Amino acid sequence: MKSWLRHHRQALAAALGKVAAQKAAAALNALVIGIALSLPAGGYALLGSLRAATAGAPLEPQFSVFMRADAKRAEADALAARLKGDARLRGLRFVPREQALKELQASEGLAEVVAALGRNPLPDAFVLRPASGDPAALEALASDLRNLPGVAHVQADSAWARRLAALTGTARLAIALLAALLAFGLVAITFNTIRLQILTLRAEIEISKLIGATDAFIRRPFFYLGALQGLSGGLVALAILWGSLSALNVGVAELAASYGSGFRLAFLEPGDALAVVLFSAGLGWFGAYLSVSKYLLEIEPK
Amino acid sequence: MISFSSVAKRYPGGQEALRDVSFSLAQGEFAFLAGHSGAGKSTLLKLIPAIERPSSGTVLVNGQNVGALKKAAVPYLRRNLGLVFQDQKLLYDRSVFDNVMLPLAFGDLGGREAARRARAALEKVGLLARERANPVQLSGGEQQRLAIARAVVNRPALLIADEPTANLDAAAAVSVLEIFAAFNQVGVTVLVATHDEALITRFARRVLRLAKGGIIE
Repeated sequence: MKSWLRHHRQALAAALGKVAAQKAAAALNALVIGIALSLPAGGYALLGSLRAATAGAPLEPQFSVFMRADAKRAEADALAARLKGDARLRGLRFVPREQALKELQASEGLAEVVAALGRNPLPDAFVLRPASGDPAALEALASDLRNLPGVAHVQADSAWARRLAALTGTARLAIALLAALLAFGLVAITFNTIRLQILTLRAEIEISKLIGATDAFIRRPFFYLGALQGLSGGLVALAILWGSLSALNVGVAELAASYGSGFRLAFLEPGDALAVVLFSAGLGWFGAYLSVSKYLLEIEPK
Repeated sequence: MISFSSVAKRYPGGQEALRDVSFSLAQGEFAFLAGHSGAGKSTLLKLIPAIERPSSGTVLVNGQNVGALKKAAVPYLRRNLGLVFQDQKLLYDRSVFDNVMLPLAFGDLGGREAARRARAALEKVGLLARERANPVQLSGGEQQRLAIARAVVNRPALLIADEPTANLDAAAAVSVLEIFAAFNQVGVTVLVATHDEALITRFARRVLRLAKGGIIE
C-alpha cells in the first residue's frame, strides 16, 4: 500500500513536472478546453437563472375567464354555478374585481398608476383548471367558455409557460448535445497531447520497459497528465463563465431594474461547478487512457 | 541459473538467428559469449530477459520458462536481471544519479534507501563524484560504467552484457571487464557477449562460442 501510494505520488509529480516543463503549451491546452467547456457550462448557468426566474409560473393548462366590465355580481354567481357543474373542469377560483385591483396595486411600480385611475377598470374573473390537457379538448372548452353569458374574454394563461417550458427543454437538450460534442473535442485534444508526449518519451519508455517497469507504472504519469489537463481546462472554463456572467450582469441588472425586477444571471451552484471540473478531469483521464492504450502497447524494447 | 535447451530462433520472414542452442550457466559463473558479428549473440542474450521469445526449445532463467512467461510477468523477470547494452541506453536528459535511480522507482524501496543504493552502485563503478553530471559529459568508458551501475543497483543475481566494450578503447574495455569480474567475485553470475578475442584471452573465463546457429565450447 505504501509503495502503491509512493508510485502514485511519483506519477503525479512526474505529470506536474511535464506541465511545468511545457508551461506555454499546457496553458494553451487549458485555454482551448476552457473555452470549449465554458459554452455548455454557460448555457447551463443561463438555463438555471431562467428556471429560477420562472419557478412560480403555472405549467398546467389554465384559463382566465374575464366577465364583461358591466356584468353584475349575480351574473358572476350564476356563471360560477354553471362552471362548477362542468365535468371538463377540475377546479375554479373566483377573483372579484376588488381583489384583482388590490393585486394590481401590490405590483411594483403600478400603485401610483392604479391610484390615478379613479375607478376600478378590472372585471370579475374566474381562474379555471381544465381536467384534460389535450389541446383539442382545451380548444373546444375555450370556445364554449367564450360563448357563455357575461363572458368578455377567455385567456389561456399557461400557454406561454408551456412554450417556455418546451423552449427550456429544447435548450437543455441542445446544451447536452453541445456538451457531448465538446467532450469529444476535449478527449481528442488530450488524446493528441498524450500521443505527442509518448512519442517524445519513446526512448525513456523503451528503456524503462527494458529494466523492469510494468505497463501500469509507465501509463500512470500519462493518466495524471491527462487528468491535470482536463482539470485545468475545467477551472479555466469556470473562470471564463464567471467573468462573462459578471460582465453581462451589468446590462442585465439595468434591464431588470427597468421592469422593477432584481433578476441577475447566476453563476453555477457549487455542486455544479465542482461537477464541471471533475467531468473535465475525467474526460482528460479518458483521453489519456485511449491514447496510452493505443500507443504505449506499440513501444517494446528491441 | 540459465539453461538453454535445443533453442531455435527464427525471425518473421524466415531469417534463422539460432538453430540449436543448448548450454547451462550455473550460479556464480562468469562466461563469455563469443562469435563473429551476426552469429546470433545479441539474439541469444535477448532471449534471457524475454525481449525475444524462442521459436522452439526451452530457456530457463532462475527456473522460470521464459518462453512461456506471460507478458505481465516479464517486468518482474527483468528486475532480477542486470542488463548492459553496447549503446548503454541511458537517459541523456537526466543526471547520472537519476539514471541509476530509474530501476529503483519501480520497486518497493523508499526514497532514502533507494538514494543510498544508487550512490553505493555509483561508488562501486567509480562514478560517485560525477552523480550530478549529465551522461553526455561522461567519456564512453564512464557511460558504460554508469550503465553497469544502473544494471546492478537492484542487486541482481545475473548480469548480462551485450558487447559492453565494443565502443571503448583497450584500457576502458579492461576497466569495464574488471568491474564485471568484481561483481562475479561476490557471487553475481555474469554472461558477457563480445567478439574481442584479446579480452577473452586476458580474462581467461569459460567461453561459449556461437557458430552455425549452435554453441561450441
